[in-house]
Amino acid sequence: MNSLIFNSLRFIGLVLLQVLILNQIEFIGYVNPFVYILFIMMLPLSIPGWLLLLLGFGTGYTIDLFMTGAGLHTAATVFMAFARPYVIQLATGAKQPETVNDPGLSQMGMRWWFSYTLSLVVLHHFALFILESFSFSQLGYTLIRIILSVIATELLILLLSYFFSARQGKKK
Amino acid sequence: MYNLVRFLQKHYFILLFVFLEVVALVMLSRSHSYQRAAVNHRTNAIAANIYHLRSDISGYFSLRHQNIMLQKQNAELLKQLALVKEQLPEPDSALKSQIYDYIPATVINNTVDLRNNYIIINKGYRDGVTRDMGLVSPDGVAGIIIGVSEHYATAMSLLHKHAALSIRFLNNDQIANLHWRGGDYHLAEVVDIPSHVIPKEGDTIITSGHSFVFPEGIMVGTVAEHVDSERGNLNTAKVLFSTNFGKLRHVFVVKNAHRKELDALSTIKTNE
Repeated sequence: MNSLIFNSLRFIGLVLLQVLILNQIEFIGYVNPFVYILFIMMLPLSIPGWLLLLLGFGTGYTIDLFMTGAGLHTAATVFMAFARPYVIQLATGAKQPETVNDPGLSQMGMRWWFSYTLSLVVLHHFALFILESFSFSQLGYTLIRIILSVIATELLILLLSYFFSARQGKKK
Repeated sequence: MYNLVRFLQKHYFILLFVFLEVVALVMLSRSHSYQRAAVNHRTNAIAANIYHLRSDISGYFSLRHQNIMLQKQNAELLKQLALVKEQLPEPDSALKSQIYDYIPATVINNTVDLRNNYIIINKGYRDGVTRDMGLVSPDGVAGIIIGVSEHYATAMSLLHKHAALSIRFLNNDQIANLHWRGGDYHLAEVVDIPSHVIPKEGDTIITSGHSFVFPEGIMVGTVAEHVDSERGNLNTAKVLFSTNFGKLRHVFVVKNAHRKELDALSTIKTNE
C-alpha cells in the first residue's frame, strides 16, 4: 500500500517535471533529457510482468499526450519496460536479491544502480530517437543526439535517485 | 487446449510486449505522413490547459522583450500603412479586396529541439481558427495549423519533417521550396534552385503566395550560404530563418477568405 502511494507520487512528480520543466529548457541546442523513465526503473522488483508492461505503455502514452508525438514515447517506454527484467538479471547475476524489493541507489549500491540505469537509458533513447527520425539517412546526427541525450538523462537520473534515496533513508 | 493455455502462461510476457509495441507503432505510423498527421490530430485539452497555466506564469519573464518586438512591428506596420494609404483612392475599396485576415494568438507551448516540432496556441475554433491556416510571427512565417480544439490549436512548426514552404527570392522572383533538415533551428534549406540562379549571401526570401496558406511577401529568412550542386542541376542554399523559433510568443493566424473558392477551383482542375 505504501509502495503504491510512493510510486503514484513519483509518477506524477516525474511527469510534471518532464513536461513542465525539462521539455521547455533548451540544453545545448538539441539535447532533451527524458527522466520520466526513472518511474519504470524504480518500480518494485516483485512487480508482475503484465503490470510492468502496462505501466510502461501508460507512462509513455501520458508523455505522448503532452509532446504531440503520438506513439513515439509509448513505443520506446514499452520496449524499455520489456527489457527491464533482463537487465536486472544481467546486473545481479542469476540470484535475485531477496531482501530488497524497491530498487534504488541506496538499496542496490552505486555500481549496480549506475549500470542498471545506464543500460535502460541507452535502450530507451535508441528506440526513441531511431523511431523519431525514422530513417538511417541521418544516422550520424541521430547518434550524436542519442549520445548527448543519454548523458544528460543519466546525470539527471543519478541526481534524482540520490534525492529519492536520501528521503527514504530518513524515513527508516 | 491445455497446452495452449500453458504456452500462453509461459510466454505471456513476450506476447503482451509484442501486442503493446504493435499498438504503439500503429499509433506512430498514423502520424507519419503530413496528411495523416493532420487528419488524426486532436489537440489534447488537458495537456493544453496545463501548458496554458505554465505559459501564463513564464510569460511575465519575457514581457519586456516581447513589448519591444511588438513596438518595432507596430512602427513598421504604420510605415507601410502610410505608404498604402497614399496609393488608395477610397478606403471602401480596400475593405472589399481584403483577402487575408489575421487573428492574434499567444503561443502556450513550443519545441525546437525535436526532429518534428509543434506549436500550441491559445485560439481554437471558437475564435475562427481552422485547419490549414498559416501561422506567422512578427518576424516571419512560423507554421501551419493542423489540429483545432475549442480554445486551442496545434500548428506544425516549420521545424518539422513534413513541413515544406513555397518561397520566392525577392530579387529575382525565382520560386523554390524550403524545408528543415533537423539540427540547428535557425537554419533551413532550399534544395531546388535551378543552376542558372545563384543566390548571394543575405538575399531575402519571402513566401511565394502559391500555397493559399500564406499571403505573398511574408518574410521567411535570408540566404546564409550557397552550395553549388556537383552534378550541375539544382543548387542548394542554407537559409537563416527570420523567425526566432526559440522565443516565439505573440503570433498571428492567417485566415484566407477566398480559401474555399481556391480549393474548389483546384479540385475542378484535377477532376478533368
